[in-house]
Amino acid sequence: MSAATIRDGYNFAYLDEQTKRMIRRALLKAVAIPGYQVPFGGREMPMPYGWGTGGMQVTAAVIGADDVLKVIDQGADDTTNAVSIRAFFKDLTGVETTEKTREASLIQTRHRIPEAALQEDQILVYQVPIPEPLRFIEPSEVETRKMHALEDYGVMHVKLYEDIAHFGHIATTYAYPVMVNGRYIMDPSPIPKFDNPKMHQMPALQLFGAGREKRIYAIPPYTDVKSLDFEDHPFEIQQWDESCAICGSHESFLDEVIMDDLGTRSFICSDTDFCRERGPIEESINMPVDTPIDTPIDILRETL
Amino acid sequence: MYVAVKGGEQAITNAHQLLAKRRRGDTSVAALSVKQISEQLSLAVDRVMTEGSIYDRELAALAIKQSAGDLVEAIFLLRAYRTTLSRFYTSEPINTTQMQVERRISATFKDLPGGQVLGSTFDYTHRLLDFKLLAEDGIATPSASVAATTEQTSASEQASEPEPEKMTRVLKMLEREGLLVEETDDDSTPADVTQDPPTYPCDRSARLQSLVRGDEGFLLALGYSTQRGYGRNHPFAGEIRTGEVDVAITPDELGFSIDIGTIQVTECEMINGFSKLEDNDVKFTRGYGLAFGQSERKTLSMGLVDRALQAERYDEERISPAQQEEFVLSHCDNVEASGFVSHLKLPHYVDFQAELELLRRLRKENPTSAKPVTPVQEKGE
Repeated sequence: MSAATIRDGYNFAYLDEQTKRMIRRALLKAVAIPGYQVPFGGREMPMPYGWGTGGMQVTAAVIGADDVLKVIDQGADDTTNAVSIRAFFKDLTGVETTEKTREASLIQTRHRIPEAALQEDQILVYQVPIPEPLRFIEPSEVETRKMHALEDYGVMHVKLYEDIAHFGHIATTYAYPVMVNGRYIMDPSPIPKFDNPKMHQMPALQLFGAGREKRIYAIPPYTDVKSLDFEDHPFEIQQWDESCAICGSHESFLDEVIMDDLGTRSFICSDTDFCRERGPIEESINMPVDTPIDTPIDILRETL
Repeated sequence: MYVAVKGGEQAITNAHQLLAKRRRGDTSVAALSVKQISEQLSLAVDRVMTEGSIYDRELAALAIKQSAGDLVEAIFLLRAYRTTLSRFYTSEPINTTQMQVERRISATFKDLPGGQVLGSTFDYTHRLLDFKLLAEDGIATPSASVAATTEQTSASEQASEPEPEKMTRVLKMLEREGLLVEETDDDSTPADVTQDPPTYPCDRSARLQSLVRGDEGFLLALGYSTQRGYGRNHPFAGEIRTGEVDVAITPDELGFSIDIGTIQVTECEMINGFSKLEDNDVKFTRGYGLAFGQSERKTLSMGLVDRALQAERYDEERISPAQQEEFVLSHCDNVEASGFVSHLKLPHYVDFQAELELLRRLRKENPTSAKPVTPVQEKGE
């Protein structure tokens, strides 16, 4: 660690060492009880609550000088908030950053799990807005903690069943509740349910930080994570008729972009690194792999 | 002495002199000009204009100066002045689609016609105190805070001096596809909450007017409560735009409309969770927020609360505070609320005396009440 690369007057990774120790204790407990929400003494961060302060505190507590950090928001490295958080850690730790999923040892994410399978030596840190999966059924924390303690999860199935009765489908498309290690119902943070299966038996360590609500939870490597469903309405993930306009992928999560005032739509991979790695389907799409500043969307625009 | 409140004319005069002195502060420090407030505390001015319900930067800045920075007091001052003004015309509805956009973002589409235009915003700044501002003096060229992120978003093409431009509305595109509940003008005359007393349940126009004038903090808390499960409505910030719009009037003697100026407004269109409609169709629902100047927090909160208040329309259970129209609208006005809460400072000797007398009598009649310690003055020493 070269102290010269860190902003003057601040500790490595912003938080003081005492605070980091407190967060690490909470993390250890969270890893020991998969899916259980551990209360922790969340601190003020120099970003607003709801913008990833929980994820940032977890990242700050686990990051070391040798780490290679990747930050994504909605799957992309170039989204404004990801840019801002990456710049923050660059400024306050001096660690190397990357946009390549495979090169990162630590990935902080908002709303997505990278398409590329994660490995044993990687840590995925999720930013969590509302850690309590039962919150929208029972607003009171006193009650929901009791429900978790007693494994009183009937209401959650009732809610999913009501969706089926109303719409013919389970109407939850993101933040789709999961059962972790056969014990705790957990909110996977607002990732699309498309990403839920990736959590199951993942070789990487998954850490979740909710700053405003002051909760930390975790899924240790190779843990069972099951999305809730019914025998006659099995869990399904989103599918697209379209494929990515740049790389032609059929198997990734696609973002819709609007091309003109008439509402002409096109689809591109939400995971920018995955898309760049696959490369363009047509020769005419000029994809400069080494200039990360040219985002897929710029490339698509130029082609049209 | 407090007793002097009753008929304490001299005390009141003295208090006001002291207030004027305190407001001015140390006279060896230069006085703050109204122009400085309007230029350098522009977001405070925007809030005061919005909740004070009048678009006048100078008067709002004056109110902030006079109130020593107490914004609720400034809003009150502006409202009190506004009510004395005569009304000449009702302007035509402003057209925010024609807005000269300075900032426009959508949280629902990564890119869209016109792009994401960040404009000026605290978003993505790191909240680290910029001590350089301590040393700022006189006329200096502003520099971006060192705490601000240095990387630029490349998703939006940002020139250093972006030319304002007109942009298609995001929600219109979803409407066209039939995915979103439509909002249409039924040509009825909107309510005027400044002229007519409220009746509940009230008209949407009356509701939106009350929300615009409503206290930012109160609406923020209510909007926040919907996000935490008390009346959840699955919000997405479909579009937030800030910019200048034309204001036009149509004088009777002319018969055609003329532009009389421009005002800066912020508009937030919220896309909310879908609902089954009366005709069995399923569509996204929506909430709306509008405010003078650059008032993003206010418009977002308003959008959340506006949607929560549509609970009845979508046949939703109304169990949370943000969904109770009468509760929200009758308590959101900070001039009313602050007035009534602070009236507790007025003398209530008579009412309190009546209560005191009754309580003493009840306790005397109740054998289980502890025996009173005789007050000193009644000992007759």
